[in-house]
Amino acid sequence: MDFIVELWRFMRARRKFWLLPVIFMLTIFGGLLVLAQGSPVAPFIYSLF
Amino acid sequence: MRILGISAFYHDSAAALVEDGKIVAAAQEERFTRVKHDPRFPKNSIDYCLQEANCALDSVDYVAFYEKPLIKFERLLETYLANAPRGFRSFQMAIPVWVKEKLFQKTGLKKSLKSLEGGDKWNQNILFTEHHQSHAASAFFASPFESAAVLTMDGVGEWCTTSIGRGQGNSLEIERELHFPHSLGLLYSAFTYFTGFKVNSGEYKLMGLAPYGEPRFTQVILDNLIDLREDGSFRLNQKFFNYCTGLTMTNDAFASLFEGPPRKAEDRLTQREMDIAASIQQVTQQVVLRLAREARKTTGEENLCLAGGVALNCVANGELLREGIFENIWVQPAAGDAGGALGAALSTWHQFLDEPRTPLGNHQDNMRGAYLGPSFSQSDIEDRLTKAGGVFEKHAEDSVIAMTADALADGKAVGWMQGRMEFGPRALGGRSILGDPRSPTMQKLLNLKVKFRESFRPFAPSVLREDVAEWFDIDTDSPYMLMVAGVTKDRLRTMTEEENALFGIEKLNVARSEIPAVTHVDYSARVQTVHRETNPRYHALISEFKQRTGCPVIVNTSFNVRGEPIVCSPEDAFRCFMGTDLDMLVVGDCVLRKEDQDPALAQDYKEAFELD
Repeated sequence: MDFIVELWRFMRARRKFWLLPVIFMLTIFGGLLVLAQGSPVAPFIYSLF
Repeated sequence: MRILGISAFYHDSAAALVEDGKIVAAAQEERFTRVKHDPRFPKNSIDYCLQEANCALDSVDYVAFYEKPLIKFERLLETYLANAPRGFRSFQMAIPVWVKEKLFQKTGLKKSLKSLEGGDKWNQNILFTEHHQSHAASAFFASPFESAAVLTMDGVGEWCTTSIGRGQGNSLEIERELHFPHSLGLLYSAFTYFTGFKVNSGEYKLMGLAPYGEPRFTQVILDNLIDLREDGSFRLNQKFFNYCTGLTMTNDAFASLFEGPPRKAEDRLTQREMDIAASIQQVTQQVVLRLAREARKTTGEENLCLAGGVALNCVANGELLREGIFENIWVQPAAGDAGGALGAALSTWHQFLDEPRTPLGNHQDNMRGAYLGPSFSQSDIEDRLTKAGGVFEKHAEDSVIAMTADALADGKAVGWMQGRMEFGPRALGGRSILGDPRSPTMQKLLNLKVKFRESFRPFAPSVLREDVAEWFDIDTDSPYMLMVAGVTKDRLRTMTEEENALFGIEKLNVARSEIPAVTHVDYSARVQTVHRETNPRYHALISEFKQRTGCPVIVNTSFNVRGEPIVCSPEDAFRCFMGTDLDMLVVGDCVLRKEDQDPALAQDYKEAFELD
């Protein structure tokens, strides 16, 4: 619940409401990816996050 | 009032504690866990900071995190959207990490904090500063200046990669920013990757390699990769990079500009890599100088503060100093992400809480020589060394200094662990390996037999502040080893024609000055000035060495081997001593000689750490 409140505040502050459906879809998609794979460790040369 | 600053979950986790505006403690997690660049929640660093302040978490008033995860996520999403469908593999790797962990960083942080001592009673909110605000705050609020221009440059935080700001009193305003993917840090890292070094740690090597090469690719870089404007702003041509959508830094188009594919790690270094290193170093310096001129013009300030990973490029810093764009330059010693922890805490105190700031005056900064980490009492040192199996003699301080100076003058390599550990990537005489800079074989000996690292890498000199101008072309404080200056002309050795004709790595074997072990092939040195006020024991040691040899300079390299975090405790120091060809170890008032130790305690130290 905390996270939803944070996300709402973030979108209001940044005026990026258009990100809401994108975040929603991507989170679902990302969730599926999580279920499909085991480890979230990324073999990036330079992970940008 | 106590504020705890934290940086974590990317690389170089750290914690810093600020009490009523005063920096009490700061340390990087890797030093405790012995995992280089450890990105995990900095539990050990926090425990240490609280112990130093003699309190538990429930008496901390604010916790500040060094960046804003949701804005970072926004940047990721927008980048993937802008490039779709390219980048699916990268997306496939990145998103699960976020969905599983990173999106819920605040909750995760709270949970981790609750598990600390006093955490069950701690119920405050966590504040989040922006990444470059943290860098800028660590640079300005810790600096000796009442007002200054502030320049931050690194890979990337949320969106910002470069910023120019202005600090005055307790206010700090960011005035201009450059945004991802246009980043000087990422450009330098792309070349670090391309030349076969590890991104986020091999940048020093690329910088050290530059003087062996000719900058014959400079124009190629300026014509193709970077569109550099007069005001220092720039755009990177993404046609040549892969970091937005791929798993590598560069692509085939990039390789076609530089005569072939990237070098593989541990492959032999060729003249091509040296020339590439020289070229990107030259371009980096051009960008930094233009940004600094712009900062001077727009802010009108005569002082400059620097932070962000690029500010660790001491060759560029030295150039900046020589250009005289600013009267005074101060670089945050923990300029990388670890320093963000300190910046977040200082920003909370001065900006969020609007508490006043009074510089100490007399050019003194608030970093206390960067000696902000753990120290060990003499009895604790003796207990720990005994438990580790060390055979030592205990001496009075004067004798310890005299014996160490004798050993150095005899050409011995000495491990030196004294007082509080340094905060930031440099060893500054608290956790250092020392040697005689006059010895023509010292650089090779230390690189190959003690540090187990590439022979081309230079060593830095520690010099008494009062003598610096007699040995190097610099007459300002450089306490954090972040300025490169030339060795003075009268100390240089005249080269023969054959020596002058040598190329690349062959140059290494030629003594170039009275202090060859710290004179790089371009006659430069990464100078650390040593001050009686911040490290009296180290100052006394160099003074004693000067009395014996007439030379107020010693070799100072970090107390570790390749891939190992710098030692923190007496046990770490003893292990490193036994695993390498160090001749002598000095911890507090304890002196250990290699010949007195049990050889069975030596371990294969060289293979113990993953190469960096």
